[in-house]
Amino acid sequence: MVLVYTSSPEGQLKKSAFEAVTYGYKAAQALGTEVVALTIGNVDNAGVLGQYGAGKVLNAAGAESFDSGVHAAVIAKVAEQIGASVVVMPDDSTGKSLLGRVAVRLDAGAVSGVKTLPDTSAGFVVKKNVFSGKAIVDYNINSDKKVLSIAGNTFPPEVVGGDVAVDAAGVDVPASRVRVKEVSTVKGTVPLPEAELVVSAGRGMKDPGNWGIIDELAGHLGATTACSRPVADVGWRPHHEHVGQTGVAIRPNLYIAIGISGAIQHLAGVNQSKTIVVINKDPEAPFFKAADYGIVGDLFEVVPRLNEAIKKFKAAN
Amino acid sequence: MKLLVCVSKTPDTTTKISFANNDTEFNTQGVQYIMNPYDEWYALVRALELKEATGGTVTTINVGSAANDTVIRKGLAIGADDAIRVDAPENCSTYYVARQIAEQAKAGAYDIVFFGKETIDYNGAQIGAMVAEMLDMPFISYATKMDIAGNTATISRDIEGGQEIVEVDTPFAISAAKGLAEQRIPNMRGIMMAKRKPLNVIPPVDVSEKVSVASYALPPEKKDCHYIDAEDMDKLVELLHSEAKVI
Repeated sequence: MVLVYTSSPEGQLKKSAFEAVTYGYKAAQALGTEVVALTIGNVDNAGVLGQYGAGKVLNAAGAESFDSGVHAAVIAKVAEQIGASVVVMPDDSTGKSLLGRVAVRLDAGAVSGVKTLPDTSAGFVVKKNVFSGKAIVDYNINSDKKVLSIAGNTFPPEVVGGDVAVDAAGVDVPASRVRVKEVSTVKGTVPLPEAELVVSAGRGMKDPGNWGIIDELAGHLGATTACSRPVADVGWRPHHEHVGQTGVAIRPNLYIAIGISGAIQHLAGVNQSKTIVVINKDPEAPFFKAADYGIVGDLFEVVPRLNEAIKKFKAAN
Repeated sequence: MKLLVCVSKTPDTTTKISFANNDTEFNTQGVQYIMNPYDEWYALVRALELKEATGGTVTTINVGSAANDTVIRKGLAIGADDAIRVDAPENCSTYYVARQIAEQAKAGAYDIVFFGKETIDYNGAQIGAMVAEMLDMPFISYATKMDIAGNTATISRDIEGGQEIVEVDTPFAISAAKGLAEQRIPNMRGIMMAKRKPLNVIPPVDVSEKVSVASYALPPEKKDCHYIDAEDMDKLVELLHSEAKVI
């Protein structure tokens, strides 16, 4: 059996959950077995996980807020109960807090940020990016049980069936030792780690009052806004927008970098983006070496022109 | 309070990555090593601030060979009281490292065990959770702020697109993200004192490995940047739509 744990912040299943079930379904097919999805706490519409290939959806009620100790205990008990040999979870803040705990409980080998289906031709080998995307490792998991967290934006959700009924997981939920006091999330935009389109700007903007053209571009594209470290450090932009080595690491389909020189620490957080567009007036900016498309020019002229071009494109398509 | 900070050695961010032994090992030739920034800048400094405010001791722990002693001495120079190094070979797995840390942490009965949110080399973010489970402690990851009153900590942690504020009682384990503290540069006095502080080398316990590296590879070469005329943004939009297929 393959067990997929799906995180559900504020009771909502998100794309990372569907990606994890899609991965679990494909892995189960390759291993000749089936996939069971597990949700914990009060979750809206969990049966929808059946659409992505879960033959069964289980819910463990009674753990409403997140505590890695409680969640790991529940996941491990369910894994033992259904005889799961592989446990899959998203590689988000929830999954990363759980992976090691679940591995210890199950005496399993664990790999985080997995980006390929297991290759079982010689053992159980999965690939993962390391050194902030500068290298790829093939890991072989030798233990009987395996625990994997799945890199985001890597396995697009695929609908293969219909909703299924949600059954009670039937395991005890231990008492939590972590008291959640407050949860605050930005509403109305896709959080950066999940965003497929990201528009990012840096010191070249000269003044926080100039961000209107960036917001407009993000609005036209339906993109999430981000920024470089210096502008977050001086308070031009909120801290949660900072992408790079010490900020958020992202892997969107499209990353547009505007007025950002491309220091190595910034690249470490964004170089796994599928397509990178760089707009900078300095032709020597190191970012152009990492770019797919480059525009050398004054961003205060180029970005408004790009906004017009996208408006025209959206109207025609 | 007794505080334990787990410190790891990582190649500097600017390291050129290459491999040895038929692509089965990371090539350490000429590599400049540093203390993992999340461990040094945030975890260690927050532990030192706590000690300064409430008293107690700060111990660092590292799992690795004598080649790590330079990095460990830096932790002592910044202000840790003493250090443990579990004498282990290079390239052991996360599980191996976690087991060594858990053994020492159990023996030392620490109130808080600090980690960086991840190392900047293998980006695994696994060891904190593993050690917490081995010690049966609550684990608060991605912490950006922590205050302590008595035995209760109030901690802000990063979650997708926001923040969560939690309360937890000691003992617990925590992983540090940007914001938890401000980097400290060791001064000359600290560097001199570090030479006399205890660095206890301890033999490892036996662990059977569960995960091994089969091979390393470099990512596919990025093709050259396609430059587009700054006047012609219609062209960019067209390429993003029909060539890159991202809009």
